[in-house]
Amino acid sequence: MIPELGHYALVLALALALIQAVAPMIGALYRDASLMRLARTTAIVQFLFVALSFLALTLCYVTSDFSVVNVYENSHSMMPLIYKITSTWGNHEGSMLLWVFILALFGALVAIFGGNLPATLKAHVLAVQSWIATAFYLFILLTSNPFLRQAQAPFEGRDLNPILQDMGLAIHPPLLYLGYVGFSIAFSFAIAALIEGRIDAAWARWVRPWTLAAWMALTLGIAMGSYWAYYELGWGGYWFWDPVENASLMPWLAGTALLHSAVVMEKRNALKIWTVLLAILAFSLSLIGTFLVRSGVLTSVHTFASDPSRGVFILAILVLFIGGGLTLFAWRAPMLRQGGLFAPISREGALVFNNLFLTTACLTVFVGTLYPLALEALTGEKISVGAPFFNLTFAPLFIPLLFAMPFGPLLAWKRGDLLAAAQRLMAAFGIGLVAIAATFVAQGAHAVLAPFGIGLAFFVMVGSLVDISERTGLFRVPFKVARQRAIGLPRSAWGTAVAHFGMGVTLLGIVCVTTWASERIVALKPAQTVSLDGYDLVFDGMVQRSGPNFRELAAKFTVRRGGVVIGEMAPAKRTFSSRSMSTTEAALMTRGVSQLYLSLGDTNDDGSIAVRLYHKPLVLLIWLGAVVMMLGGLLSLSDRRLRIGAPKPAKAVAKSALQPAE
Amino acid sequence: MRQLAMLALLMTLVAPGAAFAVQPDEILKDPVLEGRARELSRELRCMVCQNQSIDDSDAPLARDLRLLVRQRLQAGDSDRQVIDFLVARYGEFVLLKPRLEAHTLLLWGLAPAALLVAVIGLLLMARRRRPAPSQAEPLSPDEQKRLATLVGPSAGEP
Repeated sequence: MIPELGHYALVLALALALIQAVAPMIGALYRDASLMRLARTTAIVQFLFVALSFLALTLCYVTSDFSVVNVYENSHSMMPLIYKITSTWGNHEGSMLLWVFILALFGALVAIFGGNLPATLKAHVLAVQSWIATAFYLFILLTSNPFLRQAQAPFEGRDLNPILQDMGLAIHPPLLYLGYVGFSIAFSFAIAALIEGRIDAAWARWVRPWTLAAWMALTLGIAMGSYWAYYELGWGGYWFWDPVENASLMPWLAGTALLHSAVVMEKRNALKIWTVLLAILAFSLSLIGTFLVRSGVLTSVHTFASDPSRGVFILAILVLFIGGGLTLFAWRAPMLRQGGLFAPISREGALVFNNLFLTTACLTVFVGTLYPLALEALTGEKISVGAPFFNLTFAPLFIPLLFAMPFGPLLAWKRGDLLAAAQRLMAAFGIGLVAIAATFVAQGAHAVLAPFGIGLAFFVMVGSLVDISERTGLFRVPFKVARQRAIGLPRSAWGTAVAHFGMGVTLLGIVCVTTWASERIVALKPAQTVSLDGYDLVFDGMVQRSGPNFRELAAKFTVRRGGVVIGEMAPAKRTFSSRSMSTTEAALMTRGVSQLYLSLGDTNDDGSIAVRLYHKPLVLLIWLGAVVMMLGGLLSLSDRRLRIGAPKPAKAVAKSALQPAE
Repeated sequence: MRQLAMLALLMTLVAPGAAFAVQPDEILKDPVLEGRARELSRELRCMVCQNQSIDDSDAPLARDLRLLVRQRLQAGDSDRQVIDFLVARYGEFVLLKPRLEAHTLLLWGLAPAALLVAVIGLLLMARRRRPAPSQAEPLSPDEQKRLATLVGPSAGEP
């Protein structure tokens, strides 16, 4: 009964989406307020139905209802509850349901919190949002029904892919989808603006919090996915330039560019056309990512299998929305008037610079990801584009961007003074240079680029804080005054500083790990020792353990530093009998923000076992930096001017103050 | 294989069971040579894997290739010669960083070209937009006299 209810709820959501896709448009055309208001109700009820549908599937998983094909294929009655819940989206059908669930959630949020939007804009936005929803409901219902039953319910399910049985599955995909799908709001706003042929600074202000929220989720989602890959895969890499990773990086790059150009539009009413284009592109890249992964067009490590009918369907959605969006853009954009002149050296100029390099970096990833597919389709020639290509082409684009980052917030709007900005960054330059010198002295000349990387990271970190210290008068006025001023600063200024600082932190982590990570690959017998960077690990022996749905063979190690025992590490190999698959579980020991990383290889005939030991200095900074960036976004989001409906209380006060006089 | 159909956009996971690539018995005695072998391995694709270098892959083919790379290095080949040897044997597909050739021109050139075009476009736009000061003609002597009478005498007085 529950699967049928879930299925039916999704059909009802489709029906509501169809109404919402048409009625508000007609309402906006004829200025019919009640038709426009209809969108608010349908968006909220639509969300409730999709939520019901999602809940139904989750219930099927929790109760291990193997009469549902999807549950049978991806679950097992012995799995811990948390994995039963997460396996709801650990498969194609369920992940698409999560996709539309989040889409409907965003739609409902706009409907609820979009009270300050002009009626027609809100109607158009919700209608466009519903077009997207309709397409994806149809996709699920026609090609990927998660509620499909089988006549004879098997006794046991086929289990979730063991590598997905991890907390990572609980965190990473929902965050990533919040980011991906969140950009649909920016897209809908852009399309709505193009339909109305009118766009102003207020538009940027309305669009910004949604973009910011999506960006935060995507930032954290990518970082968590990266950390998951790092500890799950067993060789300690954190970014592989895999097409599926690229699929999430591209919307992030475009979304980051959008966040910055929206600032220019909001403050200076300039870059309007470009901002609208970026809003369309960010979501288009999300759609392309969905297509790449869901269609099976990539035979990457992720896409184990898919069937082509789905690919064609998603391709049609892709063509419809991206093609339609860009066509509308080409037709209507010339009608949008550009405003706000500015000199090349100015805050606007810096943000244009940012956009230039972010979009080029995005293009690099785009070309590198799709070129092999296109070449093979057109000429049959097969080439590989992997990490070495991306490292070579991506880094040169990011270095100028990072170097320019501290300058941006120090330049004035309209016409800035580069020299003055540079002077204010003296402290940051100084610390950067000291870092370069110190690194050179500390490690000799064997890695020439590393000191400059470290120097750049410090320059970025310190430089990001200069704006705050300048504006609060830190070091010039008494600390108490500076603190008062710091509290009074707009949260968005803090957000900028914190997010930029986070970027520096991530850079520091990447440079350190790339340069100074060390590894030892050895075969060990019990009681033998492996040493690396001052750590001595003694292999104590193997132990058999068993979990709820797996058995594991763990190797116990005692870790010493300078003769003192500092802990134990126990990397393991797990065997999942239900799928007769095995995984390696690396052991991690965190020391500050550095980590020891130990994983197991094959057992040899002579009783020894191959182990791979890494020391990863400052590796955690890579992800902590991303968390800091996300927090910067959060600060910015809490800025008063972005708080939804913020201007209203002031009005209400004014009104009530006037009332006695009436 | 549908039961393996995996989560959308899930990041970087390899085929299950992947332990790790380089085995202890493969490692060369000479650390310099071994270092070069590792560097080269990162540039070479394991052809039966999906987007993995032979340094990362635990597939038997990857192991064969790693051993082959080490053999060539021990035989005294330069890095370039090793790469050429592998390309001759397995084709361009083995390179994770394609060479710049006619069919990869767009791959290498599109982004830099786009950046260049954008920079030139922006510079042109900035020049066009700047209110050109040179267009303002200098005042004629008559005009200067009039200006002086308008602002001159009274300018300094309260």
